[in-house]
Amino acid sequence: MNGAACTMVGIEKAFGPNRVLRGIDMVLWPGQVTVLMGANGAGKSTLVKLLCGVHQPDGGRIELFGRPYAPLTPAEAINAGVVTVHQSINDGVIPDLDVASNLMLDRLTDARSGFFVRGRALRAEAARIAGAMGLDLDVRATVGDLGVAERQLIAIARAMARDPKVLILDEPTSSLSATEAERLFALLDRLRDQGVAILYISHRMSDIRRIADRIISMRDGQISGTFEDAPLDYEGAVTAMLGHGLTQVDITIPVPGPEVLRLDGLCLSSGGQPIDLSLRRGEVVAVTGLLGSGKTALASILFGLMQATAGTVTLNGARFAPQSPGDAIRAGVFLCSKDRASNGVIPDFDITGNLTLPFTRRHARLSFLSGTSERAAARAMIEHLGIICQGPGDGIDTLSGGNQQKVMVGRWLAQTSQVLLLDEPFQGVDIRARRDIGNRIREGAAERATIVFAAELDEALEIADRIVVLNEEALVGEHRNENVDLNRMLAQVSGQEIATGQI
Amino acid sequence: MQNQKLLNFAIRYGFLILLVGLVTYFSVAASGFAGPRSAVFIFQSVAITGILALGVTCTLVVGGFDLSIGSVATSALMLSAYMMVVLEQSALVAVGACLLMGALVGLINGLLIVRMKVPDLLATLGMMFLLIGLQRIPTEGRSISTGMTLPDGSTAEGVFSPAFLWLGRHRFDLVLENLIPVPVVLFLIVGVLVWVFLELTRHGRLMYAIGSNERAAGLAGTNVNRYKILAYMISGVLASVGGILLAARLGRGDIASGNNLLLDAVAAGLIGFAVLGAAKPNAFGTAIGALFVGILLQGLTMMNAPYYTQDFVKGAVLVVALVFTFALSSKRRGGGH
Repeated sequence: MNGAACTMVGIEKAFGPNRVLRGIDMVLWPGQVTVLMGANGAGKSTLVKLLCGVHQPDGGRIELFGRPYAPLTPAEAINAGVVTVHQSINDGVIPDLDVASNLMLDRLTDARSGFFVRGRALRAEAARIAGAMGLDLDVRATVGDLGVAERQLIAIARAMARDPKVLILDEPTSSLSATEAERLFALLDRLRDQGVAILYISHRMSDIRRIADRIISMRDGQISGTFEDAPLDYEGAVTAMLGHGLTQVDITIPVPGPEVLRLDGLCLSSGGQPIDLSLRRGEVVAVTGLLGSGKTALASILFGLMQATAGTVTLNGARFAPQSPGDAIRAGVFLCSKDRASNGVIPDFDITGNLTLPFTRRHARLSFLSGTSERAAARAMIEHLGIICQGPGDGIDTLSGGNQQKVMVGRWLAQTSQVLLLDEPFQGVDIRARRDIGNRIREGAAERATIVFAAELDEALEIADRIVVLNEEALVGEHRNENVDLNRMLAQVSGQEIATGQI
Repeated sequence: MQNQKLLNFAIRYGFLILLVGLVTYFSVAASGFAGPRSAVFIFQSVAITGILALGVTCTLVVGGFDLSIGSVATSALMLSAYMMVVLEQSALVAVGACLLMGALVGLINGLLIVRMKVPDLLATLGMMFLLIGLQRIPTEGRSISTGMTLPDGSTAEGVFSPAFLWLGRHRFDLVLENLIPVPVVLFLIVGVLVWVFLELTRHGRLMYAIGSNERAAGLAGTNVNRYKILAYMISGVLASVGGILLAARLGRGDIASGNNLLLDAVAAGLIGFAVLGAAKPNAFGTAIGALFVGILLQGLTMMNAPYYTQDFVKGAVLVVALVFTFALSSKRRGGGH
């Protein structure tokens, strides 16, 4: 193992009863981009957190250039030359500070850098770094005012400023446009030539094709495949990651009922492309696209959180323009929001309270809640969704991510809806819970129209009868979920195929 | 496992056990502490604070905070005196005007927070200053009593009506004659009402949901703004009830009264977090918190502790209660993550 930048042997990590990593062996070589692929919950992020000192492994060892490496804090990891760009952008930047301070943050936290901030020198140095990155930004601008992509690039630029020997990028392109991503790839090419070992986590095929020298697939906390012979076997890597190929999905598309929801020339933002879409009872439609493609905006408009700038929505033949979530719910349009920790879970409530939250009225007489009625409903839903818990009185924070998500989805299954919107229902969910949730969504689909917003194609393929692709707030493709041309769909997702209207 | 059980027991019942222990100790150590008269005295001493505390509990439940309750109470005190003594109105009109004022202040607080997006502490702090100043303007900073000289040179002829004074001074018979004062009865009624509202109705449930995760509650269709405004209005109205009772007890519009109301009420609300291991604002805990402080002060007074140690004792109780709530509860949850 001469010359390896980073060697991991038998890494184990568990959170409570949940064994997230089960014996990971991995080697990173200098001057090579290793792509790590894995489905949600495979343990990628945990592995990254071990490498960058956020968590410590329970077993196994890590070596860095032949020396033992066991960082206890992120600062130790950085000093050792292991630099990480995290998936969540806001971990990487401080929105209230300007660009220069953000780029130079590590200089500021360094105890040797003196008491006073020297603004001019700081900005000059920051401008140099930004220039080297090809970042065209005013270093005095406040980061909070910048867009998501720019923040991401700043987070990456900051990582570069630390002169890394091992660079870890956790899904860095999830919020970048194709051009911005290309800028990042060019930079990674340069770092690779300088001999930096790069661990690149992604499951976006276009990225992987562009950048990978080597692919490692992870599944259920183990390495399920290593691919390093050119040409790389992308299909094999995906199969190893999912346990089945992307195309192996078993969906019987039902005959749809009458039209429930109809979008006519709906513009998600001023100057946006008009979107036309028709949704029938019994259908499950997946809306896919990158971050910022308009998925969340569309969900927000249908749920009354945002107003469309142009166009109309028709629900069961009547004009539908909800002003608030309350309006939407009364009309029978429910949204299970993405990012359950901030948008869904009531941490102080037990499972019952979380399940009955939107429809407390069902369990109340003259506003007085009936505990019996609530608990009965909760028990039924726990049974129906297979939520693993001691009972309906368990605190929501005692549940695993997948079970919490089941509660979030179950909340909206308690009452029959006209249109059920689910925004990233498989976010942060293990593969079993994902199957369970998917099955329940499809089981009840006959009595409503269902839209699932999912950035990941395999999730969309797993659940939908029909897949709609959004790119930059325009509808660029529509596929019936039968023998889907994956390459075409990927091209539409990444914006490489010009909008051709409906298919 | 054993330790875990013990810890859970301590969190749940620790504060109540402490309360019982305290009562037992004072009953033995201070002669005359155990008895209906003494008990009623304790209740009476905490009744007004307790009513205010129940109001502030409602704002704590929605994740807010109302700093204006003390000044709403003193404003109600001054307003009721002004209505009767200067404007020579009836008790009913005076009470009505005070309740209306409390509701209005709560509404303004709520609108400032919800519509103008002013942070709750700042909005209610501003309101507190505003009211402290406002209540002094009509009388040019003087207390109100019958026979006082008004700014225009005339003399105030009105009197506190007997019906109004009844609110603060009448005592109902229970076992002993003239035992239970009206404010104590009102405190108990308000306590039960707030408890029922917060714990048993869906409105209370939704208010707790807002306090725990406002975004999630909103996305579940809750009208977050309306409930927040409601919470501040409840707080304002209950504070004005406290002010009315204070005026009725004093029988004059005393400018210097009610200085301690805000801090005492907030302390009672926060001590309530520790009761039964709730770790969140709750009506029962607030009432117990208010009583706890009352018992402690009464006991210490009867054991001849000097009056100037009172605030120190209250502060110490509050700190202990907060340690109970936050340090122990976070340990129970396993902490760490």
